[in-house]
Amino acid sequence: MIPLIFEKSVPGRRAVTLPRLSPAELEAPLELPEGVLAEMPPDLPEVSELDVIRHFTALSQQNFSVDTNFYPLGSCTMKYNPRICEKVAALEGFAGLHPLLPQLRCGETLAQGALEVLWQTERLLCELTGMNAFTLQPMAGAHGELTGMLLIAAYHRANGEKREKVLIPDSAHGTNPASASMAGFKVVTVATDAEGNVDIADFKSKLDSDTAAVMLTCPNTLGIFERGIREIADLSHDNGTLLYYDGANMNALMGRARPGDLGFDVVHLNVHKTLSTPHGGGGPGAGPVGVTAALEPFLPIAIVDKHDDGTFALNYDRPRSIGCIAPFYGNFAVLARAFAYMLLLGGDGLRQATDHAVLNANYLRVKLQDDYEIPYNRVCMHEVLLSANRQMKLSGVRALDIAKALIDAGHHPPTVYFPLIVHEALMIEPTETESKETLDAFIADMIRIARLAQSDPEVFKTMPEETRVSRPDETKAAREMKLAMIQDG
Amino acid sequence: MTFVPHTDKDRAEMLSAIGVRSMDDLFADIPAELRVKALDMAEGVSEQEVYDRLHEMSRRNAHSLTSFLGGGFYDHVIPAAVDSLTSRGEFFTAYTPYQPEVSQGTLQAIFEYQSMICRLTGMEAANASMYDGGTALAEAVIMAVNVTGRDKVVISTGVNPIYRRMIRSYTANLGIRLVELSASPDGVLDRAVAVAALDGDTAALIVQNPDYFGSVDDFSDLAQAARDAGALLIASVYPISLGLLKRPGDMGADIVTGEGQSLGLPLSFGGPYLGFFAVRQALVRKMPGRIVGETVDRHGKRCFVLTLQAREQHIRREKATSNICTNGALCALRATVFMSLLGRQGLREMAQSCARKAAYAKRRLAQIKGLRVRNRAPVFNEFTIELPAEADGVVCKLIDNGFAAGFPLGRYYPELGNCLLVALTEKRSKAEIDSFAEALEVAL
Repeated sequence: MIPLIFEKSVPGRRAVTLPRLSPAELEAPLELPEGVLAEMPPDLPEVSELDVIRHFTALSQQNFSVDTNFYPLGSCTMKYNPRICEKVAALEGFAGLHPLLPQLRCGETLAQGALEVLWQTERLLCELTGMNAFTLQPMAGAHGELTGMLLIAAYHRANGEKREKVLIPDSAHGTNPASASMAGFKVVTVATDAEGNVDIADFKSKLDSDTAAVMLTCPNTLGIFERGIREIADLSHDNGTLLYYDGANMNALMGRARPGDLGFDVVHLNVHKTLSTPHGGGGPGAGPVGVTAALEPFLPIAIVDKHDDGTFALNYDRPRSIGCIAPFYGNFAVLARAFAYMLLLGGDGLRQATDHAVLNANYLRVKLQDDYEIPYNRVCMHEVLLSANRQMKLSGVRALDIAKALIDAGHHPPTVYFPLIVHEALMIEPTETESKETLDAFIADMIRIARLAQSDPEVFKTMPEETRVSRPDETKAAREMKLAMIQDG
Repeated sequence: MTFVPHTDKDRAEMLSAIGVRSMDDLFADIPAELRVKALDMAEGVSEQEVYDRLHEMSRRNAHSLTSFLGGGFYDHVIPAAVDSLTSRGEFFTAYTPYQPEVSQGTLQAIFEYQSMICRLTGMEAANASMYDGGTALAEAVIMAVNVTGRDKVVISTGVNPIYRRMIRSYTANLGIRLVELSASPDGVLDRAVAVAALDGDTAALIVQNPDYFGSVDDFSDLAQAARDAGALLIASVYPISLGLLKRPGDMGADIVTGEGQSLGLPLSFGGPYLGFFAVRQALVRKMPGRIVGETVDRHGKRCFVLTLQAREQHIRREKATSNICTNGALCALRATVFMSLLGRQGLREMAQSCARKAAYAKRRLAQIKGLRVRNRAPVFNEFTIELPAEADGVVCKLIDNGFAAGFPLGRYYPELGNCLLVALTEKRSKAEIDSFAEALEVAL
């Protein structure tokens, strides 16, 4: 057990020294009456700099990460994060730039380089997805979804329509229904057919004049390209319904297909997945949203324009805009990483990344198909969906047990129990940056684990054995709700 | 550059194992007419070329002005250890801690973050963080409406105008009535007006401390008035100020949110930032976002897990408290390392330094003929001055002298066209303040 930083605190110990105040500053009267002042200094830990370094270094060593382990977490695209992208995002000319500068009257000249990064990133994203325009403001994938839903609501409103329903397949990420709901829509769930595609009959029966949009993930969360996409797009558009693309799985399509060409009207990308910006232990990410020309007037303010003289400017004069969904221009430092990544790889490199992501997933599929159930066993895209159903039925070994056994083998587990429509789901997304040797080692462990489930199911109960912590009591956590150490001791 | 490790031999073996002849065969499900031939993008380039290109772009930004710009986003000291620790790959290349056994580092750091936010704000529970201070405040509005079952939200115009715009966009389709209470740089929020606005339909009253014009308040009485009306008090606060100022929890706030950028995050032209979100214990189950809780493992050892997930989108789908999925984990980690390094004394000293420099600058600028400090209430690190000319033009002139003089308020408050919001942090030296004052005097 690593003590909490508060448990290392010793009264009077300290780390940082701040710039010294001049006598004149020290003499300036504060004029802060007692009523607005705190009685005590904030109750933060009192530790040395070395204490802090050792504490957080020790904590970091309790994590699996892409840098230390194979991390095939399905739908999360845990690919390698190039270090050059970190370096350019931290350049002082970006990191030290105050976001209010271009809002000064003469201010746009003060941020031409940063505005160009945004403008160029937008152009590259348009080409990658086949969309007409992008907003870079959304700060995460789910935030992109909400923005997309607000755009769709504004579009229908501008056409004098009040449509209240959004259709979402039962295989979708939970963020889809939650985002639609936050934008004021009612969610209607569409079934999946035996082959893993949207059930077209069910879809048709639910598509009506009240349907504002259809949200699709393509390839879907079963790892399968939606074969009925043209038909779904045509049916939707004939009905005045817009088609929303959840970009969580765009790593399967770069340079192979573009959502805009497939008929999507609104698209969000997860740059922390597809464009390799770091996941950071759960953020920050960025979720830029692309649209067709018809929806462009509704994009959030501001938009970066390029003038004829080659200069860049922020355009706030957009009367039909949905307004502001971020304080400024999006997560700039994340977007700068994504921009650098696209430049590094270029068009061919992005396609190569997608090709190898799909190659790796299919390699795992064929190598694991004898030992695990594969509910939709056909050529998959960038991820393959397994089920531990067979192990569960034969010996009571569940997907969660297999996940814990993989931890002891040194692999981060796949996504488990998602999508919800598959029992004992194990969703595996290897990504393109993993070598055949890594995949072979993972395959060997998966097969060994499947056999162990037959021969000795009891051993799973105590797994993982190799980690400092094993099988935390989640019920106790939820019941007792110890969410903070508010006072020392 | 490529990060794909496959050799020709690997590819051939893998395609053969799969039973297809070429990469193209793997994409046969995509209808032929919808396939892309090639992206219209330049070819990939080397690391050095990418560095040169972005370095050149970074130089076309005026990041080295002597800056008095604030408006909720401040240029504070960031100790070197913050960058050093948060650039460890074990932190920044991990993801959401779904598997607690291999994520204890992230989980414990978030638990410490939640604890520090509680201690700083005087609240009882905090979530694992949100995107920024504005989205945190918008989420607080939605939460208050859900908790109270009421639809009216009263907000002071002393709340950051950017956040007020964000709330409007966020809640556009939710049938929430936003009522604005007019605030001014001259004083704190008018109590009679605020209390009169609270009625049986009011879900929440939203205040900010210090307010956008820099004035510091004690809104304990407003918290009581809100409680009497059955409404929640939501406070948006500046975390560095809490090194010195009374905690919103001690004033009786029900929800406290704020922008955590000043806790060790660079300005970075607008993001990524950090939204913090804290509540009273009774409201925990209605709180949006990820939450980490303490528990024990099967050996009885203390450990940490994501908890109360039944509120969240991946379980509750359209009925979730919010659509938020990830938090700003790495930004929260930066804040946690920052607050550990500053510690009890350091954060107080930082707050005192800001306040002393603001007091000095306020007195120095007030000596300039024709210039008037508008705040009559006490200020912390930021204050509003009124110039004898339009502030926008004066700011433009001063840029040529190397100063970002502050933020002209006319952009968001048309009636305050001559007013300028001036911010100080511990990074501004007395010499810089003096030469700024001299340059301003000349410019006027």
